[in-house]
Amino acid sequence: MEWREQGIVLSARRHGESSCIVELFTEEHGRHLGVVRGGAGRRMAPLLQPGAQLDATWRARLEAHIGSYTIEPVRQRAPSLMGDRLALPALSSLCALLSFALAERDPQPPLYRTSFATLDALGRGDWLVAYLRWELVLLEQTGFGLDLARCAVTGAREGLAFVSPRTGRAVSREGAGAWAGRLLPLPECLLGQGPATPSEALLGLRMTGHFLQRRLAPALGERPVPGARARFVEALARAV
Amino acid sequence: MSGGNREIDALIDVLARLPGLGPRSARRAVLHMIRRREALMSPLARTMAHVAETARECTRCGNISTAETCPVCADPARSTGEICVVEDVADLWAMERGGAFAGRYHVLGGTLSALDAVGPEDLGIPKLVARVREEEISEVILALNATVDGQTTAHYIAEALADTGARLTSLAQGVPIGGELDYLDDGTIQAALAARKAF
Repeated sequence: MEWREQGIVLSARRHGESSCIVELFTEEHGRHLGVVRGGAGRRMAPLLQPGAQLDATWRARLEAHIGSYTIEPVRQRAPSLMGDRLALPALSSLCALLSFALAERDPQPPLYRTSFATLDALGRGDWLVAYLRWELVLLEQTGFGLDLARCAVTGAREGLAFVSPRTGRAVSREGAGAWAGRLLPLPECLLGQGPATPSEALLGLRMTGHFLQRRLAPALGERPVPGARARFVEALARAV
Repeated sequence: MSGGNREIDALIDVLARLPGLGPRSARRAVLHMIRRREALMSPLARTMAHVAETARECTRCGNISTAETCPVCADPARSTGEICVVEDVADLWAMERGGAFAGRYHVLGGTLSALDAVGPEDLGIPKLVARVREEEISEVILALNATVDGQTTAHYIAEALADTGARLTSLAQGVPIGGELDYLDDGTIQAALAARKAF
């Protein structure tokens, strides 16, 4: 068995004295593990940082085997974010959530493309909105998509201000009425209305966090949502 | 393995589990020790038994030593105003080998890790914050690895220490001594360029 494809490094776990088990996210093969011989060594370890883009060739005798990767670096993303106290935890969060939410060897091309673009956007321009939208795509691709197109009560497309924590559907200010206090605030930046301020992004992350915690995690066997996401949210909260 | 002797085989088996050794090198080491029993094997056995009994974590910094307070913390000649935060005892020993730092250390015992679900409470971060306050530390040097987990931890510590008044610094990242640009990875070149200084 053999294939060659580019992929994003999600994690690298030491295996034996000098090798690593690397978790790659590729477009055609999904989240796919393989052993990188010498991956824990001085030359290879810097190439296997989360978020790095690799050209990988996977080989195994049988499809069911873990197999081994031969890798060539395409580009690294982490080094330019090392000094950024928000973008670096966002990169960790994105990689940890992909590792947490995706089944092995299940291709998710739209999610791969969005992840690729989001990782490239981190630390640049309006990247907080890109990250928030990425979490919405993650929820959608794992079967828990939110419907933010129209109000679940009135059907209106204007004045959307909340999301129902139960159904994940948008609710307008008018439709919410006395129930507004029980709904999750929907930040305007997710409706395409302006850039995300840190406080808006925080509102958005609390909203997506609710569905990651209450919908996605139980479906994955009650595993807790990775702490890396909570640390990103904490870092953003401190920046507000 | 050793020609049928069970005790010697057991010794080879234990040694072969050490990092950097395999069955073949463990066999060679055991044979070497047996041939130099008085000069090597007996002192080694005594020393190992003593260290196994007395080795412990320093109650102040987390270094490993055979006393309650490690030699670094107990040394009155070392600066008390600076703490160098390292991930692991091996990093502390590496810093000491260089001999360039005359302050004290704090060993975290790991980094925040999404993969291994290691959170701030699993590391010595609250203890570090308390130490910086109690010992009136003027500078905290974050000497953590230049990895995603290492630098995420550094940012977290920086936030935790923000209101202590201590100056926060971190190790420089760039071209190693004797390094050739052609052999460096893109990330190191990026970091080196970003941290360039007047010449």
